[in-house]
Amino acid sequence: MTVSLAALADVARSEASLRAFLHGLPGVDKVGAEQRAAALGTRSIKTSAKAWAIDLSIRMVDLTTLEGADTPGKVRNLCQKALNPGHGAPRVAAICVYPSMVATAHEALRGSGVHLASVATAFPSGQAPLSVRLDDTRAAVAAGADEIDMVINRGAFLSGRYTEVFEEIVAVKEACGDAHLKVILETGELATYDNVRRASWLAMLAGGDFIKTSTGKVPVAATPPVTMIMLEAVRDFLAQTGRKVGVKPAGGIRTTKDAVKYLVLVNETAGEGWLDPDWFRFGASTLLNDLLMQRSKLATGHYAGPDYVTLD
Amino acid sequence: MSELTGQNPDAATRGQNRASRSELTGQNPDAATRGQNRASRSGSSRLAVRKTYKLFIGGAFPRSESGRTYVVNDNNVALASRKDLRDAVVAARKAFPGWSGATAYNRGQVVYRIAEMAEARRKEFKSLGVPSDEVDAAIDRLVWYAGWSDKIAQVLGGANPVAGPYLNISSPEPTGVVGVLAPADSALLGLVSVVAPAIVTGNTVVVLAAEAHPLVAVTFAEALATSDVPGGVVNLLTGRPAETAPWLASHADVNALDLAGAATDLARDLEIAAAGTLKRVLRPAPADWHADPGLTRLTAFLETKTVWHPKGV
Amino acid sequence: MAAFEYAPAPESRSVVEIKPSYGLFIDGDFTSPRDGGVIKTVNPATEEILSEVAEAGEADVDRAVAAARAAFANVWGPMPGAERAKYLFRIARLIQERARELAVLETLDNGKPIKESRDVDVPLVAAHFFYYAGWADKLGHAGFGPAPRALGVAAQVIPWNFPLLMLAWKIAPALAAGNTVVLKPAETTPLTALLFAEICRQAELPAGVVNIVTGAGATGRYLVSHPDVNKVAFTGSTGVGREIARAVAGTSKKLTLELGGKAANIVFDDAPISQAVEGIVNGIFFNQGHVCCAGSRLLVQEPIADELIDALKRRMSQLRVGDPLDKNTDVGAINSAAQLARITELSAAGAEEGAERWEPDCELPSQGYWFRPTLFTGVSQSHRIAQEEIFGPVLSVLTFRTPAEAIEKANNTPYGLSAGIWTEKGSRILAVADKLRAGVVWANTFNKFDPTSPFGGYKESGYGREGGRHGLEAYLDV
Repeated sequence: MTVSLAALADVARSEASLRAFLHGLPGVDKVGAEQRAAALGTRSIKTSAKAWAIDLSIRMVDLTTLEGADTPGKVRNLCQKALNPGHGAPRVAAICVYPSMVATAHEALRGSGVHLASVATAFPSGQAPLSVRLDDTRAAVAAGADEIDMVINRGAFLSGRYTEVFEEIVAVKEACGDAHLKVILETGELATYDNVRRASWLAMLAGGDFIKTSTGKVPVAATPPVTMIMLEAVRDFLAQTGRKVGVKPAGGIRTTKDAVKYLVLVNETAGEGWLDPDWFRFGASTLLNDLLMQRSKLATGHYAGPDYVTLD
Repeated sequence: MSELTGQNPDAATRGQNRASRSELTGQNPDAATRGQNRASRSGSSRLAVRKTYKLFIGGAFPRSESGRTYVVNDNNVALASRKDLRDAVVAARKAFPGWSGATAYNRGQVVYRIAEMAEARRKEFKSLGVPSDEVDAAIDRLVWYAGWSDKIAQVLGGANPVAGPYLNISSPEPTGVVGVLAPADSALLGLVSVVAPAIVTGNTVVVLAAEAHPLVAVTFAEALATSDVPGGVVNLLTGRPAETAPWLASHADVNALDLAGAATDLARDLEIAAAGTLKRVLRPAPADWHADPGLTRLTAFLETKTVWHPKGV
Repeated sequence: MAAFEYAPAPESRSVVEIKPSYGLFIDGDFTSPRDGGVIKTVNPATEEILSEVAEAGEADVDRAVAAARAAFANVWGPMPGAERAKYLFRIARLIQERARELAVLETLDNGKPIKESRDVDVPLVAAHFFYYAGWADKLGHAGFGPAPRALGVAAQVIPWNFPLLMLAWKIAPALAAGNTVVLKPAETTPLTALLFAEICRQAELPAGVVNIVTGAGATGRYLVSHPDVNKVAFTGSTGVGREIARAVAGTSKKLTLELGGKAANIVFDDAPISQAVEGIVNGIFFNQGHVCCAGSRLLVQEPIADELIDALKRRMSQLRVGDPLDKNTDVGAINSAAQLARITELSAAGAEEGAERWEPDCELPSQGYWFRPTLFTGVSQSHRIAQEEIFGPVLSVLTFRTPAEAIEKANNTPYGLSAGIWTEKGSRILAVADKLRAGVVWANTFNKFDPTSPFGGYKESGYGREGGRHGLEAYLDV
C-alpha cells in the first residue's frame, strides 16, 4: 500500500486506475478483524477513565432524529436537549436532522456552538437523480447546515462503477461549499470488510471530511469491526497524504458500554488524535440519555433511573 | 512415469510364473551356494555367470567404499562401512522431496510395481532358500501396502470440528529419512514388511540388511531397481548392522529408526543414541511376519500436520 | 500522559484462598512428604511468596506410583468407559464453576495476564475435559481397533507456561483412555495443579486415579524413570526431552514429547496486513512469549518489510505491560528470575551479533520479573536469536524474496512445532503449508488451540500428538 502522494491524487483519473488502487489495498481477514475488535471490547474502563470517556462521548454525540414523523416542535425539543443535557453535562457535538428541519434547528441552535448536520442526497437510499441530490444538499446548506451527511451510491459501488461514486462525492462536496461533508458508506449494504476499506478510501480520495458507517435505516448499522476498519483507513490516509479525516459510527449505539468500547477502538486503532469531537462522532438518538444516567451513577454512587433524565 | 502408461509388458510371462511354483522349497534363506549356481542348467557345460552382491545406494549398486567384503554362502558380499552409510543417508535425503511430494496414487503404483518385479524373481528368491509361502506372502504384502498409499490419509486424517470459524484439517505426512534394521528372522517377508510401510507413505529409507541374509536383500534391491522406485528412496547396506547402526542412530539427518532387527542391548543403545536428535523409534518386538501387520508400521513414521484457516467472506 | 488513561482495573484476588503450605496429593489425600523438602512458590509479578509446596522425594513418588497402580488395577481400569466419562464431565463442570478462582490463581502463580488465564487458559481446560470425557466410552470407535486397552500408569511432567492447560492436555486423555496418572507440575507453578487436586476430590474421583507430586527436576527425573510406570508424557524443553528419551530407552514405556520450537511466521506481500500485525503480536507476545509454538521468527517479504515493521512498532507501543491481575494488561511478568536471565542473555547476544534492537517506551514495575516486548530487525538465520528458543517476548525479523526462500528459511531449524502463513492467495497457502515441516500450521491466524485439534511437533520439537482423536493414541496400547 505504498503509493506516493502524486500517484494517490491521480488514481481517480480512470476507472481502471481507481479500480486497481482500491483492489490493491490489503485485504481484511474477517475472522481476525472481528477478533481484534472483540478483544478491544474486553478492555475494562473504570472510575476516572470511565468518567472521562462518558463526558467525551457526550461531546461526540450527533443527536439525531430522522423520522417521517419529525416536526418543528420535536426538533426544537431536541435542540433544547442538545443545549442543556442536564446535571452539568457538556453539550453534544451536533444536531442531525432531515433537510426540511434544518431551518428550525438553525434557529434553535444559533450561536450555541453546537453544530447542525443535515442528511442530504435523497437520504437514506440515495436513489434520486444526481441533480436532485445536489439540490437537496445546497438547500440544506442554504438553510444553515454546517455539516452534510451524504449517502454514497451503493448500487454503483457494488457493480464496480467506482468513478461514478467518486465523481458524485466530488460533486456533493462542491455543493457543500464551506459545510463539512460526512460520507455515509452504508456498510451494512457493502457486505464485506474489503468493501468497507475500499469505500473508505474512495470517500477520502474524493474529498470527504468524515466517513460514516450507516444511515441507521438498514438492518445492519455500525459495528465495532466496521468502525475499526474505517479507523485504520483514516489513520493510514493521514500517514500517506497528511490529510486527516474523521469517523462517525451511526446506528445501534445505545449504551454507555457501547460508546466506551468505541472510544477504546479509536484510542488503540487510529490513536488519541481522533479522541476529539472534531474527528470522531456518534450518530445516535438514545445514547445520550444512557450516557447521562451513567454519568449520574458515577457522580452519586447509586444507579440512576430513566425518570431522572429528560426525554426529548 | 511408465507406471502411468497403462502398458502391461509382463502379460506374456504369467503362464511361466504359474508354472514355476513347484520349485524348490523348504530351504534356509541365503543357502544358495556357488556350487548350486554352477550346477544350473544341468547337463550343460556352460560356465555360469556369477552375481556380485553389492550395496544399493541412490539407485546404483556400488561396492563398499572400504573395499571390504564378507562371505555368505561362498559369496563375497559387500561389507558396508560408516562412510557407505553416510552416502546412503545423503541419497535418502536427496530423494525425500521428490518421493514425499509425489502423489499417493503414483507411490501406490510404484510399490505395486515392486510386487510385479518381485513376482518375476520368485524363482531366484526360492533358489536363495526363501520358502515358497514366504515369497508369496512377501509379494502379497507389497500389494497390500501399495493399496494403502492413497487411503492412509483418509483413515488417519480429516477435518477437526474446532469451536470457532476455522477450517482445521489434520493430515499425515512422512517423517523423512527412516533408518531400518531389517529383521534377522525373516529374510524376505521381514524385509518387505519393514520397507514397504515406510516408503509407501513417502519416507525414504536406509536399510541395514540382516547380517545373515544379504543375498535375499540385494536380490530384493534388484527388484526395486527395476520398479520405477526413484533412486535413493530405498538404500540398502549389507554387512554388520552392529557396526553401522550406531552411526545411523546418531546421524543428525535421520528422522526415525525401525529397530526390528536389533537385539535387546543394541536396540537400547541405538534408542539412547537416537535421543540426541529426538528420532522417532520403533522398538523391536517379537513378530509373526505372516500375521496381519495392522497399521503399526504404517503409522510409526508419519507425522500429523494440522492446518488452520479462518472462514470469512 | 495519554489522553485516554485507563484507570487500574484489577481483578480481585479474594476469590482464591491460598494456603500457607501444601502437601502432596497421593491416593486421594494431601499428605506430607516423607523424604522431601519444601519449595517456595512466588508471584513473579511481585516476588511475594505465595505458598510453600512439598518437594516430593523418591519414597513419595514410589507411594504415588503405587497408588496409581492400585487404582488402575482395582478401580479405574475395570470401570466401564461410560462411568469414567461421567467423572470427567463432572470435573469439566467443576472447572467451569470455579473458573474465576482458577484464573486468578494461575495469574498469581504464573504471572500471565488475567485476561489470558480468564479467556484462554481456563476455558480451554474445561473444553479439554469435556472433549475427552466423551471419548471414554467410545474408544472402540476411535480407529485403534475394536477394544484398545489402556497402558496403565502414566507419568506426566508439565511446564510452567500453561500450568493448568498442560495438566488438562495430559490428564484428560489419559483418564479417558483408562489410565491413572502421577503428574508433576513445574517447580515454579504448582498451585493450580493442587487446586485441581481439590477439584478431583470434589468430583469424588476415586483415590489414586490422579496423583499430584510437586517438586523440581529431581522429582521429575525419578518419576519418569520409575520402573512401574507404563507411559511417560512430557512437555518442556528439548534438552530435558532428550534426557527423558534416553531414560526410557530400552524399556517398554510409551513416550510422547512436546518440546521446543522456533516457529517462522511468514508474511507475504499480499497479506491482510492489519490481521497479520495482530497475528504477529499475538504470536510472540501472547503469554510473554512463553509459548513453545510462539512465532518467534518473523519472515517478511521484502516489498512490505518497512511498512510491516512500522505497523508492528506502532502496535507494540500500545501493549500494556504490567500488573497481571489488571484486566487491561496485555503482557504480564516473566515467570522466574532464571527465565528472565536467559531472555536477557539471548537478547544481549542479538544486539552483540549486530541485529538492531527496538523496544517500546513502556514503564516496567520496580518489583518482579519483567522484560519489555522486544523487536530485532536485520536478523539473519545465523544469529543466535534466530536459532535458539528464547521463550520470551522477543521477536526476530528476517526478510525473504521468494516463496521458496521463505520455505527454506522456515524449515532451516532443528525444530518443527508450528508455523504461520499470511497471504490472501489460497493456492499459495496450501502449497506453502504442504512444504513446511511443522506439526501445526496457522494460515492467516496464529496461536489458536482447540481440544479437537491435534498438536505436536516434527523433528526436535518432539513426537506424538495431544488433542483430538490423535491424542488418544498416546494413552492406548496401540
